[in-house]
Amino acid sequence: MTPKCWMLRLFVLISSGLETSGGSGGGLQSTRSYDYTKYHPMDEIYRWMEDVERGNPELVSSAVYGHTVEGRNITLLKLGLDNSEGREKKLMWVDCGIHAREWIAPAFCQWFVKEIVHTYKTNEKLEQMLQNLDVYVTPVINVDGYTFTWANDSTRLWRKSRSLPLQGSNCYGVDLNRNFNANWGTVGVSFDSCANTYCGKSPGSEPEARAVMDFIGRRVNQTLCFLTIHSAGQLILLPYGHPEISAPNYNELVSVGEAAAAEMKKVHGMTYTVGTSPQILYPNSGSSRDWARLMGVPFSYTFELRDTGEFSHLLPEEQIQPACEEAYAGALSIITHVHDKTFSSAAVAAVTGVASASGVAVAILSTVVSALVTAGVSACD
Amino acid sequence: MGFGIIVFLAVIIGVLGSPGVTSRPEAAASADVSAHPNSVPETPEIFGQEKVLVLEEVEEDVMMTGELNPNQYPAQRAAKVVQHYLNTCYGSPYRVIGLNRVHSGNAQDVTDSGRKFQLEISVQDFISNKTEKCSAEVFFPSGGQQRSPQVHASCEELPKINTQAQEEALYQKYKTNQSRLSAELPDSFGHIDPDMEPLWHLGTVASSFIMLNESTENTLYNMAQVANITQLATENEQLKFDYHILLHEMVSQEIIHWKLLFTWSPPAGVKVLQMEQLPHSHHHEPLNTR
Repeated sequence: MTPKCWMLRLFVLISSGLETSGGSGGGLQSTRSYDYTKYHPMDEIYRWMEDVERGNPELVSSAVYGHTVEGRNITLLKLGLDNSEGREKKLMWVDCGIHAREWIAPAFCQWFVKEIVHTYKTNEKLEQMLQNLDVYVTPVINVDGYTFTWANDSTRLWRKSRSLPLQGSNCYGVDLNRNFNANWGTVGVSFDSCANTYCGKSPGSEPEARAVMDFIGRRVNQTLCFLTIHSAGQLILLPYGHPEISAPNYNELVSVGEAAAAEMKKVHGMTYTVGTSPQILYPNSGSSRDWARLMGVPFSYTFELRDTGEFSHLLPEEQIQPACEEAYAGALSIITHVHDKTFSSAAVAAVTGVASASGVAVAILSTVVSALVTAGVSACD
Repeated sequence: MGFGIIVFLAVIIGVLGSPGVTSRPEAAASADVSAHPNSVPETPEIFGQEKVLVLEEVEEDVMMTGELNPNQYPAQRAAKVVQHYLNTCYGSPYRVIGLNRVHSGNAQDVTDSGRKFQLEISVQDFISNKTEKCSAEVFFPSGGQQRSPQVHASCEELPKINTQAQEEALYQKYKTNQSRLSAELPDSFGHIDPDMEPLWHLGTVASSFIMLNESTENTLYNMAQVANITQLATENEQLKFDYHILLHEMVSQEIIHWKLLFTWSPPAGVKVLQMEQLPHSHHHEPLNTR
């Protein structure tokens, strides 16, 4: 872990020092004028995805991988770079907006994409990771629910999907994060279709959950990491939601989670607690995180972003930037660990400068590296 | 040089192995010692002693009694109850207390009666941002009738900062007013008009009476939003309000609507006259009056 911490320090140092504004021209124009510090309705998010793809064709492509109950597209952005050797790429998954009212989550997914788009050309480590990994980002999974929360003041706190009421009921929606095929219906759920933790009529009964399971299901062997973004509570949750089931790599999940929380705290001083859901929140079943881990994805986490109760789901727009900055640091910490573990010798190889964006970057890189090595800088604390 | 030390340490740790490893013990004592030296004595299976070399990934259990893990939900939920209690005691339009951290906790069963928690926590005044430490005791009664938890708490400095002038100014501003005031605090985007902030804080304080009453070991309440405010005629020098409040209950993830009738003045603080749970249009919950 220590050499990786060291590399992460180096990475952060470089990325903060080398980030330039002005980008590469016209293609970035619309994504640079998009306001990432405001909440956006779904039609704006769809348009933004098109703009990002059009403006960065060498990095970004999109795919519609499912449809919601009301027929809306469930769309992801795939971020990745060609690798010269044509190696099989591994996969990282980030999804946001499973729960409609957790607006900071889709805001984070957009921020996350923006950060990568704006920094990969001047960030060696990030560029290298994108050559080895494809990052799949779904800004909003529960499109119907999210759209519903924008309808009027009284719908803002909707959580579930907008599936139709059952026979004899007038209650809409399924809690999509209880509908995945992972110990479905066992704990932390309700079978009352009016309840906010209603798990649906059967595992994967909901098209939104089904879409994720079908997509990742076909790519499990390449999938290294699965992050699902929610609010609120300031928690990093590891599998499983069932109190009596442990992930085989529990200890590693904890240490990687705690490293992420430490990185997050450095940004704005906010504490994120790490643990399984039954330990630090409540038992639950049928979550996307649990499903991914059960399928064999080694690193699977739920991020519960700000805050801890002052605003809960109604997080002020002024907090979007700081919340996203710290979440980005946490997500990147996990991605970097997972990448380096899989492509281990590449971490040191990057120092010698592979396909660098500019000679200046390489020069700075090697100077900083040698300075740190000779000074005997200690690893992260 | 620094890097070299790191590599060296990594190698050492790798060699010594993780604490979870259990090694195979010596062959059982009943092995035949007089057997031919070239033969391998059969090691009979002795349950419980034969251990396989396994890296034990031990998940921490949730501590429910005795010393509690302060990050786990039992201490966290009990601490939230203390937050609600402190707001009912000390809260005002210019003082709202939030739970900052749980440092330590202890819980015991009280036979046939309930469960008692002792907690060391830090709380934060949302307005002044000052934090302070508190020691508290929370008792959750068990049994059929829904009885509210009982709380005792003592904090380092509460009450402290002088909000008297601001409270007096607010009181004067609304003393002769009577109307439906603009609602939705905060709005969908988390915004609150600075003029309305004191009334939002007042809502949090008044809600704390409900949240305190309704809390159990299986709940975690926060106020989600003030949906509507109606100011009624000032009565006995007390400002009088009718609030429609949305509470978020974390464990069930439900949004629960309450109607709250209360009075406030700087000397008297918040006094709740009536609390009424409202049915939500999507649900079939019966009206539950208190």
